[in-house]
Amino acid sequence: MKPKHLKKIIYHVLVGGFAILLLYPVFWLVMSSFKVSEQIFVTAESFIPDPFVLGNYAQGWEGFGDHGFGTFIKNTAIFVAFVLVGHLVSCSLIAFGFARLKFVGRNFWFAIMIVTLMLPYEVVMIPQYIIFAELGWLNSLKPLVVPAFFGHPFFIFLLVQFIRTIPRELDEAATIDGCNTFGIYYRIILPLIVPALATTAIFTFYWTWDNLLGPVLYLNSPSKYTVSMALNMFLSNETVSNWGAMFAMSVVSLIPVFIIFFIFQRYVVEGISTSGLKG
Amino acid sequence: MQTNIKQNLWGYLFIGPFIIGFLAFTIIPIIASLYFSFTSYDLFSAPQWIGFDNFKEMFTNDPRYLHSLKITFIYVFAGVPLRLAFALIVAMLLNTASRAVGLYRTLYYLPSLIGGSVAVAIMWRNIFGDEGIVNLALLSMGIDPVRWFGDPTAALWMLIFLSVWQFGSSMLIFLAGLKSIPQSYYEAASVDGASFFQKFFHITIPMLSPVILFNAIMQTIAAFMTFVPAFIISKGTGGPLDGTLLYSLYLFKQGFEFFSMGYASAMAWIMLIIIAILTSIIFLTSKFWVHYESEGGR
Repeated sequence: MKPKHLKKIIYHVLVGGFAILLLYPVFWLVMSSFKVSEQIFVTAESFIPDPFVLGNYAQGWEGFGDHGFGTFIKNTAIFVAFVLVGHLVSCSLIAFGFARLKFVGRNFWFAIMIVTLMLPYEVVMIPQYIIFAELGWLNSLKPLVVPAFFGHPFFIFLLVQFIRTIPRELDEAATIDGCNTFGIYYRIILPLIVPALATTAIFTFYWTWDNLLGPVLYLNSPSKYTVSMALNMFLSNETVSNWGAMFAMSVVSLIPVFIIFFIFQRYVVEGISTSGLKG
Repeated sequence: MQTNIKQNLWGYLFIGPFIIGFLAFTIIPIIASLYFSFTSYDLFSAPQWIGFDNFKEMFTNDPRYLHSLKITFIYVFAGVPLRLAFALIVAMLLNTASRAVGLYRTLYYLPSLIGGSVAVAIMWRNIFGDEGIVNLALLSMGIDPVRWFGDPTAALWMLIFLSVWQFGSSMLIFLAGLKSIPQSYYEAASVDGASFFQKFFHITIPMLSPVILFNAIMQTIAAFMTFVPAFIISKGTGGPLDGTLLYSLYLFKQGFEFFSMGYASAMAWIMLIIIAILTSIIFLTSKFWVHYESEGGR
């Protein structure tokens, strides 16, 4: 009995201790955001802020120029909302087409979609930039959100796999009851793929919220900056006096990510385990 | 006949958005990119056809390019195997019946969750500062502090550590894979007196190999395209001494800092070719080490 207990304790000390060690930098970031800026690195070894100040949050929230950090959060929220709607609508339609409908060239287009999964963004980045410049879309959200309405290969693939597990008898029964193809999509399939749509929504949120390259390419005026760009701005203006503000706003930028994760943890873990989505 | 046309129409109606998007945002840009790669183009005047000059320049006259290629290879081939190894070790540790596993799984996944963000890159930059907590930890273990931002090799390893730190998503996939291995295999091996390592190499690795293959491919591609951490940690410079000038960052600088759009496009094509070669190597060698359970497929 006793050696078994000892083994258990060693296991938890080892596995738990290693987890704390891994996450220590994050705790340090959070704690440092409550320290006086000038002391962050002087007292880097002490975990608890002394004195405990909220001033960094107030200072960071003012943003820079005429734009408060609230503006950047609002901009990012709009960006995320558009991409979210785009992905949910387009990916579910496209996935239904691939998973359920028989048409000439289906396998060809499906193969094409799988290939685009592996295509590095860098290859299309420059011509896309030129196209959007020609359209007069620079310094607007359009280049960042319009492509989302034409599907995303990762999520299409995820949804196709999910739809294939739904019995076809349901479609056939609906057809007999007079449903047309769109009706089958809208009334039968859509309600049944909600878990996969949730996974799509959550990962769309993460990837869009963190996106830096897109906004850096396409948004120029600070009034349109996203949260990632604002943090990048803090970094380029880095001085001893605003470390605290930069840390504080970094913490703020992580809060929505954590909240979404803890609410929808099940979908996140299942999404990764079953489809290999990169978190 | 009539129903056939109708069926095709419905099909293309549903996948239509994909086809339009593919033409507009993928295939036309790909063709344009291929064309630009043979031109000198600064975005403001018309592209000038220069044949293979961009490619010649890269491999014979641009030491910065070759350096960037070299450190990207180091980043990928050090980072991805380390990350997968960590993921596998931790997944095996968590593949027990303990009630705390759910909590541990969450904790180990968190770095992956936030790892791509600017906030974490800023955090990483600061914990590796001269007076950051990494150096404090080294000092307390009696090791001389490292000037992470003074030495190009140390700076590159700082990026590699950041990528290894995010092993959580691979770990979740491995954990799901481990759970699907029938316990009876291990029991039978134990009865036959197999050691831990024999079980690991003859049961765990073969059974998990399709998952490892998939992860190796996806992680290699993703690692090759790493941009945000290098951009943030070096404040967009790729420094010190180009130590963190990963391929994507150099490509971005060529395109949008020096406005050498032709050169940047040529770089993108070499990147595509390298990724295609790496992926096919992993695929082609897979028949020697990937074990599929049934003949019918995965």
